[in-house]
Amino acid sequence: MLNYIIRRILYAIPILVGVNLITFTLFFVVNTPDDMARMQLGIKRVTPDAIAKWKQERGYDQPLMFNNAREGLEKITRTIFFEKSVAMFAFRFGRADDGRDIAYEIRTRMLPSLAIALPVFVLGLIVYIAFALTMVFFRATYVDFWGVVLCVALMSISSLFYIIGGQFLISKLWHLVPISGYSQGLDSAKFLVLPVIIGVISAAGANTRWYRTLFLEEMGKDYVRTARAKGLPESAVLFRHVLQNALIPILTGAVVVIPLLFLGSLIVESFFGIPGLGSYTIDAINSQDFAVVRVMVFLGSLLYIVGLILTDISYTLVDPRIRLE
Amino acid sequence: MSFKPVILWTDALVYVLIAVIVIFAWQVRRHEHLLAPWRRVGHSASGMAALTILMFFIVIGLLDTIHLRPAIQNGNGGSEAAYGVEVLSLLDLLGTPLRTQVETTYSAPFATHLYARETVELPDGGQVREFPRLKFGGAHLQDPEAQLAGDIATRAAAGTGLALLLWFLIATSVIALVAHRRNERFLSTFSAIWRGITPVPWRAVFVTLALILLLGGAALALCSDYHILGTDKVGQDVFYQSLKSIRTGLLIGTLTTLMMLPFALLLGVAAGYFRGWVDDLIQYLYTTLSSIPGVLLIAATVLMMQVYMETHPELFDTIAARADLRLLFLCIILGVTSWTGLCRLLRGETLKLREMEYIQAATAFGVSHWRIISRHIIPNVMHIVLITTVMDFSGLVLAEAVLSYVGVGVDPSTISFGTMINAARLEMAREPMVWWALFAAFSFMFALVLSANLFADAVQNAFDPRMKTLAALARTWRRKKHREEPVTKSSSPSEDSLPS
Repeated sequence: MLNYIIRRILYAIPILVGVNLITFTLFFVVNTPDDMARMQLGIKRVTPDAIAKWKQERGYDQPLMFNNAREGLEKITRTIFFEKSVAMFAFRFGRADDGRDIAYEIRTRMLPSLAIALPVFVLGLIVYIAFALTMVFFRATYVDFWGVVLCVALMSISSLFYIIGGQFLISKLWHLVPISGYSQGLDSAKFLVLPVIIGVISAAGANTRWYRTLFLEEMGKDYVRTARAKGLPESAVLFRHVLQNALIPILTGAVVVIPLLFLGSLIVESFFGIPGLGSYTIDAINSQDFAVVRVMVFLGSLLYIVGLILTDISYTLVDPRIRLE
Repeated sequence: MSFKPVILWTDALVYVLIAVIVIFAWQVRRHEHLLAPWRRVGHSASGMAALTILMFFIVIGLLDTIHLRPAIQNGNGGSEAAYGVEVLSLLDLLGTPLRTQVETTYSAPFATHLYARETVELPDGGQVREFPRLKFGGAHLQDPEAQLAGDIATRAAAGTGLALLLWFLIATSVIALVAHRRNERFLSTFSAIWRGITPVPWRAVFVTLALILLLGGAALALCSDYHILGTDKVGQDVFYQSLKSIRTGLLIGTLTTLMMLPFALLLGVAAGYFRGWVDDLIQYLYTTLSSIPGVLLIAATVLMMQVYMETHPELFDTIAARADLRLLFLCIILGVTSWTGLCRLLRGETLKLREMEYIQAATAFGVSHWRIISRHIIPNVMHIVLITTVMDFSGLVLAEAVLSYVGVGVDPSTISFGTMINAARLEMAREPMVWWALFAAFSFMFALVLSANLFADAVQNAFDPRMKTLAALARTWRRKKHREEPVTKSSSPSEDSLPS
């Protein structure tokens, strides 16, 4: 087991290197730092001096891969590739365009993101499973049919409309909770209710339908027939046997997103003005702060890979038949 | 009027796509085993109703794809006509009143006055604050308060009347055609359709068609004299914007698939077929790409593309070409970031297929790799490709809106659902509220995505019998209901099994 985990972690390294190379190519080769400087300073009237100053301030005034002006090891270390891309492995993220330390921003913004994403995740899991189980219990009846119709309808609405509609109904029309904002501590609860509800509803259609399919697939298996043949009531079959077995794919499928919860959600956070990582990324995209976007891409992949490893481990925990070698 | 046809990049790709679909359809028609699942699609009521709506959207999208530059009228009548820089589509020309009747700012649906008070100069030099009359909306009315309702009602009645006539003609000719193919009398076919027992659910199709035509007829009759969905901040007609958004949505949904298909198909099949280091390399490639969260990768790539386009303005001759190229790049980026899922599926299926006896037999006969892949493997994974394609479509249409909101979607000058929502989202907070732009974007998008989802459902159901989807459920449910009825109905003969 331990061997397997170590091997998985070692296997993650080439993938992270690949991600790093992709971001490097995207951000420094497709467009040179000169292009970015010109973009930031305005296309029309920009002097070579201004470009040089912009690059120097941000440490882009070095060659991309090889620095022939230096001696020895510095030929490699004093380059954009080493200082901007390789440094990310040591979590040295550098500074954003407004001069703030990116690593510090990420640390402070992780918690608000998590405060939204975690309740959405947990509540969502409970609601979707309950909804799907109800449909499966009443399968091939009106309840099931209209449940699926509702799911398809929910799937067909853009998440933007859920947010706009929810803000309008609950905050503006009924004045139940504030439209947007955030505060520290327990006080933040009233700001979090609406985004959490909207987060749960906006993913309800696709997830419920998916869970329903999983349950139905499980219903067709032999052990279910055996359980029915023993004379178990349908509810016992459903809740004791089918639910437990179908939970395995559901839970292991959910584990992979747990680390990504730290990143938060892009649009929910920006709509509700929550100072999390999602709105940080959006702001960076809008102000074309390439350093931040680069760091977020790297961080996102890192968390996703952690999620994959966790998934593999969780398989062995919930299903004793699976042994990782 | 003379004009000069313009083929933008996306237009060309749409034509390629149509050609591919026509060739594919021709192939399918010739092979019974390929046709069978499509028949099952054709027998699904929700699927066919959804297809009817989709066809309506596709027609609008295609009208909007044929681009041209109309000639500028020059009085000297010289032999050399000058062409405007403005690139228009056929839809723009058909909807000229919609495009050109621009008010000054917001106005509500069917309004005759602006939505906000403005200071108006009186002829005698004084000023009053009032709601000014619209320049175009209901401009033909002498006394708007008294005439408005009546005028709208008569126009709408005329429009729906014509639509009903058209619907009646279409329905009669389709019934006659079906009756002819089934060697039945017109009336018996009609009654079979009326009772909804034909294998192809014509009743559902006709009902959907009637709804579309009635709505469309009323809208067409009214839209040239009123802003039926209001106007936006700069006075543009919202109905026109909604129509224009359809092409953008359809393009994103279809061209992205066109872009990712070669990657996914070639790499997935190659990985599964050759195994060894090819497999390792391709697996590494898609694991790396798919480990970057999708939105972030797309955002980063589009950001870089924006910088490139800003710093190389000399590459684009017209605004339309620039917006179009940006749309194309967005499709390419979405395609490049989304081929990994399909690739993984295809690799797994190919791994399974290459162990089949017939492939082993082909290998033993010395058939070349290329021939095995093209003759035996690719045709046998096409159903996965097809299911993924139709399932992805609606997701891509939805993704466009989100990406445009984030600021990494289509060019701001391209009218799309995303740009409409983005422009309108702050209007809900206005006092009094401006709701119609969001309402329009919502209803058009919902209709498009819902019908795409239902159609995808029918396709998946037909091609992947393991899936218990909506259509299958409706069938079992209907069967249950019939079983409870005392009279058992003999199944109607399949129209396909009869010789035509």
